[in-house]
Amino acid sequence: MNAPGRGRILFTALVALVLTVLPLPPWLDVLRPVFLVLAVLYWSVNAPRTGDIALGFFAGLTLDVFQGPVLGQHALALTLVTYIAVREHQRIRYKPAFQQALFVFGALAVYEFVLFAIDGWSGHPVTSPLRWVHAVTGALLWAPVAAILGYGSRRHA
Amino acid sequence: MAAFGTAAGRPLGRGGSPGFRFTLYAAVAVVVMYLDQRQHYLEQLRYVLQAGAYPVQLAVNSPPAAWAWIRRSFESRDRLQAENARLRAGQRDLELRSMRYEALEHENGELRGLRAALPPVADRWLAAEIVNVQLSSLRQRLLIDRGAVNGVFKAQAVLDDRGLIGQTTHVGPWSAEVILITDPEHAVPVRIERTGLRTIAVGAGDASSLALPYLPANADIKSGDLLVTSGLGGVFPQGYPVARVTEVHRDAVQPLAHVRAAPLAHIDTDSEVMLVWFRADHPAAPRPTADSLGELRSGTSSMQPQAAPPQPQAVPPRPQAAPPRPQAPAAAPQPATPRPQSVPRKQPAESQAAEPKAAAPQPATPEPATPEPATPEPATPQPATPQPDAPQSKEGQ
Repeated sequence: MNAPGRGRILFTALVALVLTVLPLPPWLDVLRPVFLVLAVLYWSVNAPRTGDIALGFFAGLTLDVFQGPVLGQHALALTLVTYIAVREHQRIRYKPAFQQALFVFGALAVYEFVLFAIDGWSGHPVTSPLRWVHAVTGALLWAPVAAILGYGSRRHA
Repeated sequence: MAAFGTAAGRPLGRGGSPGFRFTLYAAVAVVVMYLDQRQHYLEQLRYVLQAGAYPVQLAVNSPPAAWAWIRRSFESRDRLQAENARLRAGQRDLELRSMRYEALEHENGELRGLRAALPPVADRWLAAEIVNVQLSSLRQRLLIDRGAVNGVFKAQAVLDDRGLIGQTTHVGPWSAEVILITDPEHAVPVRIERTGLRTIAVGAGDASSLALPYLPANADIKSGDLLVTSGLGGVFPQGYPVARVTEVHRDAVQPLAHVRAAPLAHIDTDSEVMLVWFRADHPAAPRPTADSLGELRSGTSSMQPQAAPPQPQAVPPRPQAAPPRPQAPAAAPQPATPRPQSVPRKQPAESQAAEPKAAAPQPATPEPATPEPATPEPATPQPATPQPDAPQSKEGQ
Protein backbone atom coordinates (compact mmCIF):
# COMPACT_ATOMS: atom_id res chain seq x y z
CA MET A 1 0.00 0.00 0.00
CA ASN A 2 1.23 3.44 -0.67
CA ALA A 3 -0.05 5.57 2.12
CA PRO A 4 -2.05 8.54 0.95
CA GLY A 5 -0.12 11.73 1.44
CA ARG A 6 -0.88 14.33 4.00
CA GLY A 7 -1.90 16.76 1.28
CA ARG A 8 -4.50 14.39 -0.02
CA ILE A 9 -5.99 13.86 3.41
CA LEU A 10 -6.05 17.56 4.15
CA PHE A 11 -7.63 18.29 0.80
CA THR A 12 -10.41 15.77 1.27
CA ALA A 13 -10.93 17.05 4.81
CA LEU A 14 -11.29 20.58 3.50
CA VAL A 15 -13.81 19.49 0.88
CA ALA A 16 -15.70 17.58 3.54
CA LEU A 17 -15.66 20.66 5.76
CA VAL A 18 -17.13 22.78 3.00
CA LEU A 19 -19.86 20.19 2.46
CA THR A 20 -20.50 20.19 6.18
CA VAL A 21 -21.00 23.93 6.55
CA LEU A 22 -22.61 24.62 3.16
CA PRO A 23 -25.87 26.41 3.77
CA LEU A 24 -28.79 24.15 2.97
CA PRO A 25 -32.54 24.39 3.42
CA PRO A 26 -33.55 23.29 6.93
CA TRP A 27 -35.06 19.91 6.03
CA LEU A 28 -31.95 18.96 4.09
CA ASP A 29 -29.78 20.33 6.85
CA VAL A 30 -31.27 17.84 9.29
CA LEU A 31 -30.53 14.97 6.93
CA ARG A 32 -27.04 16.05 6.07
CA PRO A 33 -24.36 13.82 7.56
CA VAL A 34 -21.30 15.43 9.08
CA PHE A 35 -19.08 14.79 6.09
CA LEU A 36 -15.98 15.86 7.93
CA VAL A 37 -16.50 13.13 10.51
CA LEU A 38 -17.05 10.59 7.74
CA ALA A 39 -13.82 11.65 6.05
CA VAL A 40 -11.88 11.50 9.30
CA LEU A 41 -13.32 8.09 10.03
CA TYR A 42 -12.34 6.86 6.58
CA TRP A 43 -8.76 8.03 6.96
CA SER A 44 -8.40 6.69 10.47
CA VAL A 45 -9.50 3.28 9.27
CA ASN A 46 -7.56 3.25 6.01
CA ALA A 47 -4.50 5.30 6.83
CA PRO A 48 -4.21 5.10 10.58
CA ARG A 49 -0.63 6.33 10.49
CA THR A 50 -1.11 9.50 8.51
CA GLY A 51 -4.67 10.20 9.46
CA ASP A 52 -4.12 9.97 13.12
CA ILE A 53 -5.86 11.01 16.27
CA ALA A 54 -4.35 14.43 15.64
CA LEU A 55 -6.42 14.63 12.48
CA GLY A 56 -9.54 13.94 14.50
CA PHE A 57 -8.61 16.53 17.08
CA PHE A 58 -7.93 19.32 14.64
CA ALA A 59 -10.92 18.48 12.46
CA GLY A 60 -13.03 18.64 15.58
CA LEU A 61 -11.52 21.97 16.55
CA THR A 62 -12.40 23.30 13.10
CA LEU A 63 -15.97 22.13 13.53
CA ASP A 64 -16.02 23.89 16.89
CA VAL A 65 -15.08 27.15 15.27
CA PHE A 66 -17.84 26.77 12.72
CA GLN A 67 -20.66 25.46 14.78
CA GLY A 68 -19.70 24.72 18.35
CA PRO A 69 -21.05 26.57 21.31
CA VAL A 70 -18.02 25.50 23.33
CA LEU A 71 -14.53 25.29 21.92
CA GLY A 72 -13.24 21.75 22.30
CA GLN A 73 -16.58 19.99 22.17
CA HIS A 74 -16.36 18.53 18.69
CA ALA A 75 -12.64 18.09 19.23
CA LEU A 76 -13.23 15.75 22.15
CA ALA A 77 -15.99 13.83 20.38
CA LEU A 78 -13.98 13.40 17.22
CA THR A 79 -10.84 12.47 19.13
CA LEU A 80 -12.74 9.68 20.80
CA VAL A 81 -14.26 8.43 17.56
CA THR A 82 -10.88 8.59 15.80
CA TYR A 83 -9.28 6.66 18.61
CA ILE A 84 -11.86 3.90 18.33
CA ALA A 85 -11.43 3.79 14.57
CA VAL A 86 -7.64 3.73 14.73
CA ARG A 87 -7.68 1.01 17.34
CA GLU A 88 -10.10 -1.15 15.46
CA HIS A 89 -8.99 -0.30 11.96
CA GLN A 90 -7.68 -3.81 11.25
CA ARG A 91 -10.97 -5.36 12.09
CA ILE A 92 -13.07 -2.80 10.27
CA ARG A 93 -11.11 -2.50 7.10
CA TYR A 94 -11.84 -5.94 5.74
CA LYS A 95 -15.45 -6.11 6.73
CA PRO A 96 -18.12 -6.00 4.03
CA ALA A 97 -19.67 -2.63 3.38
CA PHE A 98 -22.77 -3.36 5.35
CA GLN A 99 -20.90 -4.11 8.54
CA GLN A 100 -18.72 -1.09 8.00
CA ALA A 101 -21.85 1.01 7.75
CA LEU A 102 -23.01 -0.47 11.03
CA PHE A 103 -19.72 0.48 12.63
CA VAL A 104 -20.00 3.98 11.21
CA PHE A 105 -23.48 4.25 12.61
CA GLY A 106 -22.19 3.29 16.02
CA ALA A 107 -19.29 5.72 15.77
CA LEU A 108 -21.58 8.56 14.73
CA ALA A 109 -23.92 7.73 17.59
CA VAL A 110 -21.01 7.88 20.03
CA TYR A 111 -19.92 11.14 18.47
CA GLU A 112 -23.35 12.66 18.78
CA PHE A 113 -23.73 11.37 22.29
CA VAL A 114 -20.54 13.10 23.38
CA LEU A 115 -21.78 16.32 21.81
CA PHE A 116 -25.14 15.84 23.47
CA ALA A 117 -23.59 15.27 26.87
CA ILE A 118 -21.30 18.29 26.58
CA ASP A 119 -24.22 20.40 25.37
CA GLY A 120 -26.04 19.44 28.50
CA TRP A 121 -23.12 20.07 30.85
CA SER A 122 -22.28 23.41 29.34
CA GLY A 123 -25.82 24.63 29.60
CA HIS A 124 -26.98 24.56 25.99
CA PRO A 125 -29.26 21.56 26.08
CA VAL A 126 -30.69 20.68 22.68
CA THR A 127 -33.02 17.80 23.23
CA SER A 128 -34.59 17.64 19.80
CA PRO A 129 -34.45 14.07 18.45
CA LEU A 130 -33.56 15.52 15.06
CA ARG A 131 -29.97 15.83 16.13
CA TRP A 132 -29.56 12.06 15.89
CA VAL A 133 -30.80 11.79 12.32
CA HIS A 134 -27.39 12.43 10.80
CA ALA A 135 -26.02 9.22 12.31
CA VAL A 136 -28.42 7.24 10.14
CA THR A 137 -27.85 9.21 6.96
CA GLY A 138 -24.12 9.15 7.60
CA ALA A 139 -24.16 5.36 7.81
CA LEU A 140 -26.26 5.14 4.66
CA LEU A 141 -23.88 7.43 2.79
CA TRP A 142 -20.78 5.67 4.07
CA ALA A 143 -20.39 3.36 1.07
CA PRO A 144 -20.39 6.11 -1.58
CA VAL A 145 -18.24 8.39 0.55
CA ALA A 146 -15.70 5.63 1.11
CA ALA A 147 -15.74 4.82 -2.59
CA ILE A 148 -15.03 8.42 -3.50
CA LEU A 149 -12.30 8.82 -0.90
CA GLY A 150 -10.73 5.51 -1.91
CA TYR A 151 -10.85 6.20 -5.61
CA GLY A 152 -7.51 7.94 -5.84
CA SER A 153 -5.57 5.52 -3.71
CA ARG A 154 -6.81 2.62 -5.77
CA ARG A 155 -5.46 4.26 -8.87
CA HIS A 156 -2.11 4.82 -7.21
CA ALA A 157 -1.82 1.28 -6.05
CA MET B 1 -15.79 -2.45 -0.83
CA ALA B 2 -12.67 -2.80 -2.85
CA ALA B 3 -11.28 0.40 -1.50
CA PHE B 4 -10.55 -1.30 1.73
CA GLY B 5 -8.66 -4.17 0.27
CA THR B 6 -5.80 -2.09 -0.99
CA ALA B 7 -4.12 -1.27 2.24
CA ALA B 8 -2.01 -4.11 3.47
CA GLY B 9 -2.81 -5.00 7.02
CA ARG B 10 -0.01 -3.90 9.17
CA PRO B 11 0.33 -4.21 12.88
CA LEU B 12 -0.05 -1.03 14.73
CA GLY B 13 3.56 -1.29 15.80
CA ARG B 14 3.35 1.56 18.21
CA GLY B 15 2.06 -0.42 21.10
CA GLY B 16 -0.16 1.61 23.32
CA SER B 17 0.64 4.83 21.60
CA PRO B 18 -2.83 5.44 20.13
CA GLY B 19 -4.19 5.14 23.61
CA PHE B 20 -1.59 7.56 24.88
CA ARG B 21 -2.23 10.06 22.16
CA PHE B 22 -5.94 9.72 22.63
CA THR B 23 -5.53 10.52 26.30
CA LEU B 24 -3.34 13.45 25.41
CA TYR B 25 -5.70 14.96 22.87
CA ALA B 26 -8.76 14.26 24.94
CA ALA B 27 -7.13 16.01 27.87
CA VAL B 28 -6.29 18.97 25.66
CA ALA B 29 -9.88 19.08 24.43
CA VAL B 30 -11.24 18.97 27.95
CA VAL B 31 -8.88 21.70 29.09
CA VAL B 32 -9.84 23.83 26.10
CA MET B 33 -13.51 23.32 26.91
CA TYR B 34 -12.97 24.21 30.52
CA LEU B 35 -11.04 27.34 29.67
CA ASP B 36 -13.59 28.40 27.09
CA GLN B 37 -16.63 27.68 29.16
CA ARG B 38 -15.64 28.61 32.69
CA GLN B 39 -12.71 30.94 32.46
CA HIS B 40 -13.24 32.75 29.17
CA TYR B 41 -9.54 32.74 28.47
CA LEU B 42 -9.87 31.77 24.88
CA GLU B 43 -11.38 34.86 23.32
CA GLN B 44 -8.10 35.63 21.58
CA LEU B 45 -7.79 32.10 20.27
CA ARG B 46 -11.36 32.19 19.03
CA TYR B 47 -10.67 35.51 17.38
CA VAL B 48 -7.77 34.02 15.45
CA LEU B 49 -9.66 30.86 14.58
CA GLN B 50 -12.62 32.82 13.40
CA ALA B 51 -10.34 34.83 11.15
CA GLY B 52 -9.02 31.57 9.73
CA ALA B 53 -12.48 30.20 9.21
CA TYR B 54 -13.78 33.25 7.42
CA PRO B 55 -12.37 32.43 3.94
CA VAL B 56 -14.06 29.03 4.05
CA GLN B 57 -17.32 30.58 5.11
CA LEU B 58 -17.07 33.12 2.31
CA ALA B 59 -16.29 30.41 -0.22
CA VAL B 60 -19.16 28.30 0.97
CA ASN B 61 -21.52 31.17 0.55
CA SER B 62 -20.21 32.21 -2.84
CA PRO B 63 -22.59 30.11 -5.02
CA PRO B 64 -25.76 31.61 -3.52
CA ALA B 65 -24.16 35.04 -3.54
CA ALA B 66 -23.16 34.69 -7.18
CA TRP B 67 -26.65 33.58 -8.06
CA ALA B 68 -28.15 36.57 -6.29
CA TRP B 69 -25.73 38.87 -8.05
CA ILE B 70 -26.61 37.44 -11.47
CA ARG B 71 -30.29 37.79 -10.78
CA ARG B 72 -29.85 41.35 -9.68
CA SER B 73 -27.83 42.34 -12.70
CA PHE B 74 -30.50 41.05 -15.05
CA GLU B 75 -33.37 42.73 -13.34
CA SER B 76 -35.55 44.56 -15.76
CA ARG B 77 -35.69 48.31 -15.99
CA ASP B 78 -39.41 48.37 -15.31
CA ARG B 79 -39.06 46.51 -12.09
CA LEU B 80 -36.26 48.75 -10.95
CA GLN B 81 -38.31 51.82 -11.74
CA ALA B 82 -41.29 50.44 -9.88
CA GLU B 83 -39.10 49.65 -6.92
CA ASN B 84 -37.59 53.10 -7.05
CA ALA B 85 -41.01 54.72 -6.97
CA ARG B 86 -42.04 52.52 -4.09
CA LEU B 87 -38.92 53.38 -2.13
CA ARG B 88 -39.42 57.07 -2.74
CA ALA B 89 -42.96 56.88 -1.46
CA GLY B 90 -41.77 54.89 1.52
CA GLN B 91 -39.14 57.45 2.31
CA ARG B 92 -41.63 60.31 2.15
CA ASP B 93 -43.81 58.41 4.53
CA LEU B 94 -40.98 57.87 6.93
CA GLU B 95 -39.91 61.48 6.79
CA LEU B 96 -43.40 62.61 7.65
CA ARG B 97 -43.54 60.20 10.49
CA SER B 98 -40.14 61.18 11.81
CA MET B 99 -41.17 64.84 11.77
CA ARG B 100 -43.98 63.93 14.07
CA TYR B 101 -41.59 61.79 16.04
CA GLU B 102 -39.23 64.65 16.64
CA ALA B 103 -42.06 66.79 17.89
CA LEU B 104 -43.11 64.02 20.23
CA GLU B 105 -39.60 63.51 21.40
CA HIS B 106 -39.34 67.17 22.22
CA GLU B 107 -42.64 67.16 24.04
CA ASN B 108 -41.63 64.08 25.92
CA GLY B 109 -38.39 65.72 26.94
CA GLU B 110 -40.26 68.73 28.25
CA LEU B 111 -42.63 66.57 30.15
CA ARG B 112 -39.74 64.87 31.78
CA GLY B 113 -38.35 68.21 32.76
CA LEU B 114 -35.29 68.03 30.63
CA ARG B 115 -33.83 71.14 29.10
CA ALA B 116 -33.77 69.86 25.59
CA ALA B 117 -34.98 66.92 23.67
CA LEU B 118 -32.72 63.93 23.92
CA PRO B 119 -30.76 62.73 20.96
CA PRO B 120 -31.92 59.42 19.57
CA VAL B 121 -30.71 56.45 21.51
CA ALA B 122 -29.00 54.93 18.50
CA ASP B 123 -25.69 56.67 18.15
CA ARG B 124 -24.57 55.19 14.87
CA TRP B 125 -25.21 52.11 12.86
CA LEU B 126 -23.55 50.04 10.24
CA ALA B 127 -25.06 47.85 7.58
CA ALA B 128 -23.67 44.34 7.40
CA GLU B 129 -24.20 41.72 4.79
CA ILE B 130 -25.18 38.22 5.76
CA VAL B 131 -22.49 35.81 4.68
CA ASN B 132 -23.79 32.55 6.01
CA VAL B 133 -27.03 31.40 7.54
CA GLN B 134 -27.72 28.54 9.90
CA LEU B 135 -31.42 28.16 10.34
CA SER B 136 -31.98 24.76 11.82
CA SER B 137 -34.15 23.88 14.74
CA LEU B 138 -31.01 23.55 16.83
CA ARG B 139 -29.17 26.68 15.90
CA GLN B 140 -30.36 29.92 14.47
CA ARG B 141 -27.26 31.88 13.65
CA LEU B 142 -26.02 34.30 11.04
CA LEU B 143 -22.55 35.16 9.98
CA ILE B 144 -22.10 38.77 8.94
CA ASP B 145 -19.24 40.44 7.13
CA ARG B 146 -18.37 43.00 9.80
CA GLY B 147 -16.01 42.35 12.64
CA ALA B 148 -13.74 43.91 15.18
CA VAL B 149 -12.01 46.07 12.59
CA ASN B 150 -15.36 47.79 12.10
CA GLY B 151 -15.75 48.26 15.81
CA VAL B 152 -18.22 45.45 16.30
CA PHE B 153 -18.22 44.14 19.85
CA LYS B 154 -19.63 41.15 21.56
CA ALA B 155 -23.30 41.24 22.57
CA GLN B 156 -24.06 44.07 20.21
CA ALA B 157 -27.64 44.57 19.10
CA VAL B 158 -28.49 43.60 15.52
CA LEU B 159 -31.65 44.95 13.89
CA ASP B 160 -33.24 45.10 10.52
CA ASP B 161 -35.60 47.79 9.29
CA ARG B 162 -38.59 46.19 11.01
CA GLY B 163 -37.37 44.94 14.31
CA LEU B 164 -34.88 43.12 16.40
CA ILE B 165 -32.84 40.31 14.87
CA GLY B 166 -30.41 39.24 17.54
CA GLN B 167 -27.03 39.99 18.99
CA THR B 168 -23.44 39.18 18.19
CA THR B 169 -21.93 36.22 20.00
CA HIS B 170 -18.48 35.72 18.53
CA VAL B 171 -16.59 38.52 16.90
CA GLY B 172 -13.71 37.87 14.56
CA PRO B 173 -11.60 40.48 12.85
CA TRP B 174 -13.72 40.63 9.69
CA SER B 175 -16.78 38.69 10.63
CA ALA B 176 -19.14 38.18 13.50
CA GLU B 177 -21.58 35.51 14.46
CA VAL B 178 -25.06 36.64 15.35
CA ILE B 179 -27.39 34.62 17.50
CA LEU B 180 -30.96 35.25 16.40
CA ILE B 181 -33.79 35.96 18.78
CA THR B 182 -35.38 32.78 17.43
CA ASP B 183 -32.49 30.57 18.52
CA PRO B 184 -33.65 28.18 21.21
CA GLU B 185 -30.78 29.38 23.39
CA HIS B 186 -31.70 33.01 23.15
CA ALA B 187 -34.09 34.96 25.30
CA VAL B 188 -34.91 38.61 25.07
CA PRO B 189 -36.61 40.62 27.82
CA VAL B 190 -39.68 42.24 26.32
CA ARG B 191 -42.55 44.44 27.34
CA ILE B 192 -46.07 44.19 26.00
CA GLU B 193 -46.59 47.57 24.52
CA ARG B 194 -50.30 47.81 25.24
CA THR B 195 -50.10 46.99 28.93
CA GLY B 196 -46.49 47.51 29.92
CA LEU B 197 -46.31 43.98 31.25
CA ARG B 198 -42.79 42.67 31.12
CA THR B 199 -41.79 39.13 30.29
CA ILE B 200 -39.19 37.15 28.38
CA ALA B 201 -39.42 35.98 24.79
CA VAL B 202 -37.52 32.79 24.10
CA GLY B 203 -36.57 31.54 20.67
CA ALA B 204 -38.56 28.58 19.47
CA GLY B 205 -36.06 27.24 16.97
CA ASP B 206 -37.78 28.29 13.78
CA ALA B 207 -37.47 31.59 12.05
CA SER B 208 -41.09 32.56 12.44
CA SER B 209 -41.92 32.18 16.08
CA LEU B 210 -40.97 33.11 19.61
CA ALA B 211 -42.35 31.59 22.77
CA LEU B 212 -43.41 33.54 25.84
CA PRO B 213 -43.30 30.78 28.41
CA TYR B 214 -43.49 32.83 31.61
CA LEU B 215 -46.86 34.49 31.45
CA PRO B 216 -49.48 33.44 33.98
CA ALA B 217 -52.75 32.25 32.52
CA ASN B 218 -54.53 35.39 33.62
CA ALA B 219 -52.00 37.79 32.11
CA ASP B 220 -53.49 40.53 30.03
CA ILE B 221 -52.25 39.58 26.62
CA LYS B 222 -54.04 38.91 23.38
CA SER B 223 -53.04 38.07 19.89
CA GLY B 224 -51.98 41.14 17.97
CA ASP B 225 -50.17 42.70 20.91
CA LEU B 226 -46.85 44.26 20.04
CA LEU B 227 -43.80 43.20 22.02
CA VAL B 228 -41.01 45.72 22.39
CA THR B 229 -37.68 45.36 24.13
CA SER B 230 -37.92 46.24 27.79
CA GLY B 231 -34.36 47.50 28.13
CA LEU B 232 -33.56 45.02 30.87
CA GLY B 233 -30.78 42.57 30.37
CA GLY B 234 -28.27 45.14 29.28
CA VAL B 235 -28.06 44.42 25.58
CA PHE B 236 -31.00 45.99 23.79
CA PRO B 237 -32.25 49.47 24.52
CA GLN B 238 -35.87 49.66 25.45
CA GLY B 239 -38.61 50.32 22.99
CA TYR B 240 -37.43 48.47 19.90
CA PRO B 241 -40.13 46.33 18.29
CA VAL B 242 -39.51 42.60 18.58
CA ALA B 243 -42.56 40.57 17.69
CA ARG B 244 -46.30 40.49 17.46
CA VAL B 245 -48.32 38.00 19.47
CA THR B 246 -49.93 35.48 17.17
CA GLU B 247 -51.39 32.91 19.48
CA VAL B 248 -52.61 32.93 23.07
CA HIS B 249 -53.79 29.67 24.47
CA ARG B 250 -55.08 29.39 28.00
CA ASP B 251 -55.68 26.05 29.55
CA ALA B 252 -57.73 25.87 32.72
CA VAL B 253 -55.38 23.38 34.34
CA GLN B 254 -52.16 25.12 33.37
CA PRO B 255 -50.93 27.97 35.53
CA LEU B 256 -49.11 29.52 32.61
CA ALA B 257 -50.49 30.71 29.32
CA HIS B 258 -49.15 29.29 26.11
CA VAL B 259 -48.21 32.31 24.02
CA ARG B 260 -46.52 32.48 20.65
CA ALA B 261 -45.33 35.54 18.81
CA ALA B 262 -44.00 36.14 15.32
CA PRO B 263 -40.83 38.22 15.03
CA LEU B 264 -41.28 41.43 13.11
CA ALA B 265 -37.86 41.26 11.50
CA HIS B 266 -37.77 39.27 8.31
CA ILE B 267 -35.25 36.89 9.68
CA ASP B 268 -35.32 34.31 6.94
CA THR B 269 -35.36 36.67 3.97
CA ASP B 270 -33.05 39.49 4.98
CA SER B 271 -29.81 39.86 3.15
CA GLU B 272 -28.62 42.84 5.15
CA VAL B 273 -28.80 43.67 8.82
CA MET B 274 -27.90 46.70 10.90
CA LEU B 275 -25.42 46.78 13.73
CA VAL B 276 -26.28 49.52 16.18
CA TRP B 277 -24.23 51.45 18.71
CA PHE B 278 -26.21 53.10 21.45
CA ARG B 279 -25.54 56.19 23.48
CA ALA B 280 -24.55 54.97 26.88
CA ASP B 281 -25.86 58.04 28.67
CA HIS B 282 -29.31 57.93 27.15
CA PRO B 283 -32.11 56.99 29.54
CA ALA B 284 -33.49 54.47 27.07
CA ALA B 285 -30.13 52.85 26.51
CA PRO B 286 -29.50 49.34 27.72
CA ARG B 287 -28.38 49.58 31.28
CA PRO B 288 -26.07 46.72 32.04
CA THR B 289 -25.02 46.21 35.57
CA ALA B 290 -21.35 46.72 36.16
CA ASP B 291 -21.02 43.03 36.61
CA SER B 292 -22.80 41.83 33.53
CA LEU B 293 -21.03 44.36 31.39
CA GLY B 294 -17.66 43.16 32.51
CA GLU B 295 -18.73 39.67 31.78
CA LEU B 296 -19.99 40.58 28.34
CA ARG B 297 -16.84 42.35 27.36
CA SER B 298 -14.57 39.61 28.49
CA GLY B 299 -16.73 36.90 27.04
CA THR B 300 -19.50 35.11 28.84
CA SER B 301 -19.76 31.45 29.33
CA SER B 302 -22.86 31.13 27.26
CA MET B 303 -22.09 34.07 25.02
CA GLN B 304 -25.51 35.59 25.31
CA PRO B 305 -26.13 37.66 28.33
CA GLN B 306 -29.69 36.48 28.60
CA ALA B 307 -29.34 32.81 28.00
CA ALA B 308 -32.36 30.69 27.70
CA PRO B 309 -33.95 29.11 30.69
CA PRO B 310 -33.40 25.37 31.09
CA GLN B 311 -35.89 24.03 28.57
CA PRO B 312 -36.73 26.55 25.93
CA GLN B 313 -38.90 24.23 23.90
CA ALA B 314 -40.82 22.67 26.72
CA VAL B 315 -43.99 24.52 26.03
CA PRO B 316 -45.62 24.98 29.40
CA PRO B 317 -42.69 24.95 31.77
CA ARG B 318 -42.91 23.63 35.25
CA PRO B 319 -44.56 26.10 37.51
CA GLN B 320 -41.54 26.76 39.62
CA ALA B 321 -39.36 27.47 36.63
CA ALA B 322 -41.08 30.82 36.28
CA PRO B 323 -42.04 32.72 39.33
CA PRO B 324 -45.25 34.54 38.52
CA ARG B 325 -44.52 37.97 37.29
CA PRO B 326 -43.97 39.94 40.42
CA GLN B 327 -44.62 43.34 38.99
CA ALA B 328 -47.66 42.24 37.06
CA PRO B 329 -50.19 43.84 39.41
CA ALA B 330 -48.38 47.12 39.33
CA ALA B 331 -47.47 47.18 35.70
CA ALA B 332 -50.65 45.96 34.15
CA PRO B 333 -53.00 48.86 34.88
CA GLN B 334 -50.92 51.71 33.58
CA PRO B 335 -47.92 51.44 31.31
CA ALA B 336 -45.18 52.81 33.44
CA THR B 337 -43.16 55.41 31.65
CA PRO B 338 -39.62 54.35 31.01
CA ARG B 339 -38.02 57.19 32.94
CA PRO B 340 -39.22 56.56 36.46
CA GLN B 341 -38.69 52.85 36.21
CA SER B 342 -35.26 52.83 34.71
CA VAL B 343 -33.67 55.33 37.02
CA PRO B 344 -34.49 53.91 40.42
CA ARG B 345 -33.86 50.49 38.94
CA LYS B 346 -30.17 51.11 38.98
CA GLN B 347 -29.74 50.31 42.58
CA PRO B 348 -31.63 47.05 42.82
CA ALA B 349 -29.97 45.96 39.62
CA GLU B 350 -26.55 46.41 41.06
CA SER B 351 -27.29 44.81 44.33
CA GLN B 352 -28.92 41.95 42.53
CA ALA B 353 -26.13 41.48 40.08
CA ALA B 354 -23.97 39.58 42.47
CA GLU B 355 -25.88 36.38 43.00
CA PRO B 356 -27.58 35.41 39.76
CA LYS B 357 -24.45 35.79 37.70
CA ALA B 358 -23.01 32.35 37.98
CA ALA B 359 -26.09 30.28 38.52
CA ALA B 360 -28.63 31.86 36.21
CA PRO B 361 -27.09 33.27 33.09
CA GLN B 362 -29.65 36.03 32.62
CA PRO B 363 -28.09 39.02 34.35
CA ALA B 364 -31.11 41.21 34.82
CA THR B 365 -34.26 39.29 34.42
CA PRO B 366 -37.26 41.24 35.48
CA GLU B 367 -37.85 39.40 38.70
CA PRO B 368 -36.16 41.20 41.56
CA ALA B 369 -35.52 38.14 43.69
CA THR B 370 -38.93 37.06 44.81
CA PRO B 371 -39.09 34.11 47.07
CA GLU B 372 -42.43 34.97 48.54
CA PRO B 373 -44.92 34.94 45.65
CA ALA B 374 -43.75 31.40 45.12
CA THR B 375 -45.24 28.80 42.88
CA PRO B 376 -48.96 28.92 42.43
CA GLU B 377 -50.93 25.72 42.75
CA PRO B 378 -50.66 24.12 39.35
CA ALA B 379 -54.32 23.18 39.23
CA THR B 380 -55.98 26.40 40.25
CA PRO B 381 -55.23 29.48 38.29
CA GLN B 382 -57.32 31.86 40.41
CA PRO B 383 -55.07 32.36 43.42
CA ALA B 384 -51.99 32.70 41.27
CA THR B 385 -51.72 36.45 41.30
CA PRO B 386 -53.93 38.76 43.27
CA GLN B 387 -54.56 40.89 40.25
CA PRO B 388 -57.61 43.10 40.56
CA ASP B 389 -58.38 43.29 36.88
CA ALA B 390 -57.56 39.71 36.10
CA PRO B 391 -61.08 38.37 35.68
CA GLN B 392 -62.10 41.29 33.58
CA SER B 393 -59.18 40.84 31.26
CA LYS B 394 -60.04 37.22 30.97
CA GLU B 395 -63.56 37.98 29.88
CA GLY B 396 -62.36 40.49 27.40
CA GLN B 397 -60.46 37.72 25.78
